[in-house]
Amino acid sequence: MRRGIAATALVAALGVTLAACGSDSDSNGGGTQGSGELSGTVTWWDTSTVGSEDKVFKKIAEGFTKKHPKVTVKYVNVPFGEAQNKFKNAAQSGSGAPDVIRSEVAWTPEFADLGYLAPLDGTAALKDKDDFLKQAAASTQYNGKTYAVPQVIDSMGIFYNKKIFKDAGVQVPKNIDELKTVSATIKQKTGKTGLYLRGDDAYWFLSFLYGEGGNLVDAEQKKITIGDESGVKAFRTVKDLVDSKAAITDATNGWDNMQAAFKDGKVAMMINGPWAVADTLAGKEFADKANLGIAPVPAGSAGQGAPQGGHNLAVYAGSKNLDASYAFAEYMTSAETQRQVAKELSLLPTRQSVFIKPDVASNEMITFFKPVVDKAVERPWIPEGGSLFEPVKVEYTKVLTGQTTPDAGAKAVADAYRKLLKDWK
Amino acid sequence: MAVDTPSQSVAKAGPPPPPRGRGRGTGTGKPRGASKRSLSTHWYAWALVAPVVVVIAVIIGYPLIRGIYLSLTNANERNVARSIGVNNIPATYEFVGLDNYAEAISGNQFLGTLGWTVVWTVSCVAVTFGLGLALANILNRRIAGRSVYRMLLILPWAVPPFVSVFAWRFLYDERRGMLNQILSGAGLDAVPWLNDPTVAKLAVIAVNVWLGVPFMMVALLGGLQSIPGELYEAAEMDGANAWQRFRHITMPGLRSVSTTVLLLSTIWTFNMFPVIFLLTRGGPGEATQILVTQAYKFSFEISPRDFAQSSTWGVLILILLMVFAAFYQRVLRKQGEVW
Repeated sequence: MRRGIAATALVAALGVTLAACGSDSDSNGGGTQGSGELSGTVTWWDTSTVGSEDKVFKKIAEGFTKKHPKVTVKYVNVPFGEAQNKFKNAAQSGSGAPDVIRSEVAWTPEFADLGYLAPLDGTAALKDKDDFLKQAAASTQYNGKTYAVPQVIDSMGIFYNKKIFKDAGVQVPKNIDELKTVSATIKQKTGKTGLYLRGDDAYWFLSFLYGEGGNLVDAEQKKITIGDESGVKAFRTVKDLVDSKAAITDATNGWDNMQAAFKDGKVAMMINGPWAVADTLAGKEFADKANLGIAPVPAGSAGQGAPQGGHNLAVYAGSKNLDASYAFAEYMTSAETQRQVAKELSLLPTRQSVFIKPDVASNEMITFFKPVVDKAVERPWIPEGGSLFEPVKVEYTKVLTGQTTPDAGAKAVADAYRKLLKDWK
Repeated sequence: MAVDTPSQSVAKAGPPPPPRGRGRGTGTGKPRGASKRSLSTHWYAWALVAPVVVVIAVIIGYPLIRGIYLSLTNANERNVARSIGVNNIPATYEFVGLDNYAEAISGNQFLGTLGWTVVWTVSCVAVTFGLGLALANILNRRIAGRSVYRMLLILPWAVPPFVSVFAWRFLYDERRGMLNQILSGAGLDAVPWLNDPTVAKLAVIAVNVWLGVPFMMVALLGGLQSIPGELYEAAEMDGANAWQRFRHITMPGLRSVSTTVLLLSTIWTFNMFPVIFLLTRGGPGEATQILVTQAYKFSFEISPRDFAQSSTWGVLILILLMVFAAFYQRVLRKQGEVW
């Protein structure tokens, strides 16, 4: 029966394959034992900037085991741009999802709405709740429950290369018109480009939109406002910056190109947030840290504003080790941890008590960003918040590359929003 | 190329030919007896075939049927059933009939994307075939270092596509990429390889041609070597020149090979996900988005994820390719080709 053997082998191979597909790792079960001591594994997906921030966060996260020796922390850095989708894939299928995720503020209500997050009210994750800045805590609320703990808060400003500004003899631009003249002078005197405008991510478009007095949506009145005149003007502004050669941009790989261009001194300015500070200071132009200047984003025709952003720590509802995860989320957002993060990475804490600590209060980046954050434009904390960027991104890139006009671009985004936000005006 | 395998095999397999003549309406006694006999004589064959049938049903049949079903509903991320820890959320999506298809076919987006997908497929296949044919002809002669050239030309094929596509992405980078550095070394302006819609279209086609030429070349070289040398000798004796020999011996001799590779290449290129996705993600804007990358975007990149629309596009792609394959087959049969 030689053929019989082959058939048996085939069936056996099939069985093995099917079994391999079906087996889920149940190995990270744990939790509190009789004595109340935490054990098991906590997997944390961090989304911080690779090469600078991630090292510090890894070190701090693994420090959790000093307090809870029986818990193993598995640190995983997921690139920020992929994390939202990766988490959704894993969370929905129920396999491979982390226990704790660093969730961007706009993702948090969305994940909560989809049922992926564990409510944290009354758990160990929320300690000294009243110490959190109100702005930071706002994004963690959904339907009356708390779904995340604020980890860092941020906004945006102009990062500029002081040396280039000195060589060209110019001052930091306060509005778009000055930005254009300053860029022209820099080009003329030093041959360098003024601004790197990130063209492949809609988040970098927001400050121009706020500068024209616009917004993506008006959540209170349930109105879509991107298609208004202010939206069109904002698209015109960015297009004009690129056309007039005041700014360079890319339709792909924008983050890397922006950081490289600024760190190598090829452009004098970029608009960015505290998350870029550590990476920027690693650049050769900023070996002397004092060369990095920072100023508020340029004002548009109707005002000045930058988006309020930040990150929360959220616990996956399907985690097999909820207790240790709650404790980990608390540890990572505790005053002590935030103070260390602020000191080493210049990221803004979310606890009032941390800002007044002397070594935090004297940090130049934090003292700059704190008032910016206080004034920053709060984004709509709706489940669709995480969906608002993709339509803008497409049209933003199309406008910048001349595939559509600012008017048509703003209108197309508004149309896409109307599909997304049923019965909004 | 693992991404496109299922739809290929489905498209290739096509609809089974309808049973003709025999066994229809001839009463029930005979077929039952026949099937019984067939089962008792060939049970071993059936047993051997069964695992394959089961595997195909599981890995192709189920996703296909599920996809078709989803395309008839309004399923998205927010209304499908999911069970996360303590949260059990039941499915609340509804059957909407052919609404999704009506919307896709009447809207600009599908037709616009289809237009570019056709341009992309036709230009990629045409250029790849032309280059592959030329290279195969060159390498079919006795030239010094022939085996070295052959090996070098197969290299793009030997490297996993995503690795080479990433390499191209670095080469194309407008500010730091090697291509623009070479251009600026020669005193030329930088080219916005992936930042300008038109240039980006040419750039993605170039990469796909680069990836596709080895396959064409090897397949056609095999075809060339199967043409008997006596035919050329005889033609030369009769005074045929090089063009006439190519036109009347090489081309007809290559027919069977080239029809197959053209069909394969068309289907692969139509669904060539990695090149577009890894090089431009469909950008700038949506300039290089082909049907499969757009379908992927619907189901994995936008939120809430639109599973229904994504499946609709998937089914439409399947239908388009099946119609193409059927049409192609018919044209060939008319020309007397057995295929």
